[in-house]
Amino acid sequence: MLLIKELKKALGVALWFVFLTFPIMVIKVDPIERIIRYRWENAAYVAIVTFTVYLVMSFIKLRKLRVTADKKESKPSRNVIHSILNNKKQLAVLSFMILAIALVFPHFFSVYQTNVMTTALMYVVLGLGLNIVVGMAGLLDLGFVAFYAVGAYSYALLNYHFGLGFWVVLPIGGALAAIFGIILGFPVLRLRGDYLAIVTLGFGEIIRLILENWGEFSQGPSGISNISRPGFFGMDFSLETSIMYMYYIMVIGVIVTIFIVNRLQDSRLGRAWIALREDEIACQAMGIDKRKTKLAAFSLGAFWAGLIGVVFAAKTTFINPASFTFLESAIILSIVVLGGMGSIIGVIIGAFILILMPEYLRALSEYRMLAFGGVMVAMMVFRPQGMIANIRRTYKFEKQK
Amino acid sequence: MDYFIELLFSGLTRGSIYALIALGYTMVYGIIGLINFAHGEIYMIGAFTAFIVATVLSIYGFPLLAIIVIAGVAAAVWSSAYGYTIEKIAYKPLRHAPRLSPLISAIGMSIFLQNYVLLAQTSDFLPFPALIPEFEFMEPVAHIVGSSDLVILITTTIVMLILTYIIKFTRVGKAMRATAQDRTMAMLVGINVNQIISATFIIGSALAAIGGLLIASHIGQINFYIGFIAGIKAFTAAVLGGIGSIPGAVLGSLVLGLTESFATGYVSSDYEDVFAFSLLVLILIFKPSGLLGKAETKKV
Repeated sequence: MLLIKELKKALGVALWFVFLTFPIMVIKVDPIERIIRYRWENAAYVAIVTFTVYLVMSFIKLRKLRVTADKKESKPSRNVIHSILNNKKQLAVLSFMILAIALVFPHFFSVYQTNVMTTALMYVVLGLGLNIVVGMAGLLDLGFVAFYAVGAYSYALLNYHFGLGFWVVLPIGGALAAIFGIILGFPVLRLRGDYLAIVTLGFGEIIRLILENWGEFSQGPSGISNISRPGFFGMDFSLETSIMYMYYIMVIGVIVTIFIVNRLQDSRLGRAWIALREDEIACQAMGIDKRKTKLAAFSLGAFWAGLIGVVFAAKTTFINPASFTFLESAIILSIVVLGGMGSIIGVIIGAFILILMPEYLRALSEYRMLAFGGVMVAMMVFRPQGMIANIRRTYKFEKQK
Repeated sequence: MDYFIELLFSGLTRGSIYALIALGYTMVYGIIGLINFAHGEIYMIGAFTAFIVATVLSIYGFPLLAIIVIAGVAAAVWSSAYGYTIEKIAYKPLRHAPRLSPLISAIGMSIFLQNYVLLAQTSDFLPFPALIPEFEFMEPVAHIVGSSDLVILITTTIVMLILTYIIKFTRVGKAMRATAQDRTMAMLVGINVNQIISATFIIGSALAAIGGLLIASHIGQINFYIGFIAGIKAFTAAVLGGIGSIPGAVLGSLVLGLTESFATGYVSSDYEDVFAFSLLVLILIFKPSGLLGKAETKKV
């Protein structure tokens, strides 16, 4: 009985989607040659796919209902990763293993793989930087890529005009980005939630448009090329070694970032951020300076973006404004939210999945952005708290014997 | 002086198109507090549907008036269907999720829809048939105000009036306002909130589709990416006017359209978008909840 009902419903859903996708999937017109092509096979694909997806979904839903009915008492969602994180010994072993794999990685895989991995590591740091702003302080920032651009352009321009090297510019780029963070932070201190989001988005677009249109300053859309790669006490590297070198720089960068962010999270400032995120008014009543705390979040988050910007410019040796679009901000934000806001390990895993997935889906290159969008929606629908939800620090009172 | 009037009209035209899209943002935001990032994509799909239907009909040799009406209706119907389905798939399961989740879901939906149209159709710019004819009586002023400017202004005014009527006087409109004020209370007095949310998405999407049809016919070309910039601009306009407020969205759109038009005309067309966003930042600094938005006071 139930099955027939579900089948009928699935049929309805399939028909609805055929109707929905009809003009765009089926008809294809050529306005110049004035030819119409009807691609009926697409309608059939849509019907079959939606029909099966709906059936599978309702099957899963049914089973879930049965399972929860069976055991009412379900444990709070502490999974394997959390149990490992809480166990110092296991954590040490695991981190040692990951570090060992990370260190030998470039010797076993191709240059291309190493390059991809470097990119993923860069996004780990970017994600952790944005996590300070969004995850910890709860300030929705849609223009994070602006700081990334500031870092990248400060290296590119300083290198181009004054020949400054990577290691000199690295702190300068970070500092400049942090200053931009404060510049953005001041006017938006009073804004809440979505207003903040759109102003940061606007800020990101302004930076990109200025880079694009102010040709004398940034060489406009054609970008800056021939940026020097990082040096090591004046040694010259071949292309392959320099890619490997870049990779090791990023491994160290990620370790340092994780260490600092972890310490920040438990510090006075970190707890102030979390308090600010939970309730601004209560937080102020506790004597926390809202202005300072927010500005610290913006500038510290921006600092990491600036550093990675410098690394990005050094890695690709060519930058132009097209690398700093809103999509980039959206991807970094997705890393934070997908991984689990506020959770460091979640952000790391999120970055690896989101950056490596499109790389390895390149076989389906045409469909990868489609899949990327779809996965983002599905992920949010089925696990809105992110892959690794952040568990709050709680105090436990144990009964004395 | 002629130049000034020309800029004024082009600003008003732009502004009224932004308004059609911004209304969708602001209505959805008012009811469920979500920035519907996929709204720009709905506008794009509306323009595409209109393009496909209009081209097919013109190949089959339909008269111009029939083409305009059928393409307009088709665009509105399909855009509404998309809006309705997107809400059911991507936002409804997330009603009680953390605030950022639906936003991410919306960004994902936007990327998905862009690539869906890109794959199913093409990435090239397509020439959109000129649906709005050049009127003869406009001949003397044609160098200042084009016929399509006039049609756009008149159409949007009519649409706004209809929308105002729906929201002020019909049952659905009253239920919408009630839901926007307090969702729980609305449920208690017997409003089917889910239906109202769907209705909001449908109305907003239909408005965006009309905007898509008008602008595509005005500019003369479309591609899969037009939704993104238009969406961001319209959202900016909605925030400028105070998000959640319907007159605010219209006012914000007109201010934005005029600013862009004058900045392009008198300063430089390169920095058109920079002016738009700078205006937004400036207004929000001095009036943090937008031009017509209510400053929210929170009781502790």
